[in-house]
Amino acid sequence: MEKKKKGKAYAGYYFLGLVVFLYFFLFLFEPEKTQSSLLATGNLLVKIIPVLILVVFFMGIMNYFIGPQKVLKYVGKGSGIKGWFLAISTGILSHGPVYVWFPLLKELRDRGMRKGLVAAFLYNRSVKIPLLPVMIYYFGLTFAVVLLFYMVIASVVEGKIVETLEE
Amino acid sequence: MHKQLLLPSIHRRLKGKVEDVTITLMNTPEIPNKSKNILASFYKALKNFGAMLPMLLGITLLLGLFQTFVSNQIISSVFSGNLWRDALIGAMTGSISAGNPIISYIIGGELLKQEVSLLAVTSFMVAWVTVGVIQLPAEALILGRRFAIARNIISFILSILVSIATVATLTLIQ
Repeated sequence: MEKKKKGKAYAGYYFLGLVVFLYFFLFLFEPEKTQSSLLATGNLLVKIIPVLILVVFFMGIMNYFIGPQKVLKYVGKGSGIKGWFLAISTGILSHGPVYVWFPLLKELRDRGMRKGLVAAFLYNRSVKIPLLPVMIYYFGLTFAVVLLFYMVIASVVEGKIVETLEE
Repeated sequence: MHKQLLLPSIHRRLKGKVEDVTITLMNTPEIPNKSKNILASFYKALKNFGAMLPMLLGITLLLGLFQTFVSNQIISSVFSGNLWRDALIGAMTGSISAGNPIISYIIGGELLKQEVSLLAVTSFMVAWVTVGVIQLPAEALILGRRFAIARNIISFILSILVSIATVATLTLIQ
């Protein structure tokens, strides 16, 4: 058990090492493209740093103000429709790449958040209101409205299935 | 033996002192204690987040590689012209792709111009934002392997179902 925990703690470093190795390997064959990749990563980091700071801030605030009892009340087992509404709306309103939110979701889940609501939150990360004009420009308003309607429904379906599988 | 006899008396004396200290601490103003708790909360948050940082950095580096090495042309070249096969290919390509959703809208718009079906384009765009093969290692490590795999498989199936429902509704409306 202890060994497994230790391995899990180092998994991130192994993964990072593997990606760095991939960069070195690709640099041998495609030096220009690899340099462009590094530049693209730099640009991406600049964009996500404010979101990362926001996530750490939320985690700190949560540690201080929101105990397991409150998490259980709003997004725990007995949260009902209110919990689904909260997961869907916060999923739509959250910003930045999806993986940046994993640590915060882990904290919430450890405090009693339903796994189905975690899945619903992640699914609704795909519905981005600021990006809607671009979608409307390419596909029209009717398409955007119909697609978003089905995506919100799909998020609940996914949450329910995940919950059933995880029980 | 002597030690055993001594211990209870020491314990009794210490217990009294510990109670005194507790009462003194309880009577001190709350603000220093509160700020200490806030600091501890943020320290814990930073520590937990720091543990996940190598994985998040690895994913960001991988996304950088994807953006440079996988061009829009490569993505559009995989579609065959068959309606159902293209829907599946769309979901598969969307699943292994990553980046800002705007990029998926732009590629989707270009694919429509190349006469790829709306069904395939929709499943491509939905899978792009809901399935994350590149982020899977981070999701599995942080949220659990079982949860991550189940969520991504369900999202993949749903991307096709959502696109069928969307295109069917649009056909009915228009």
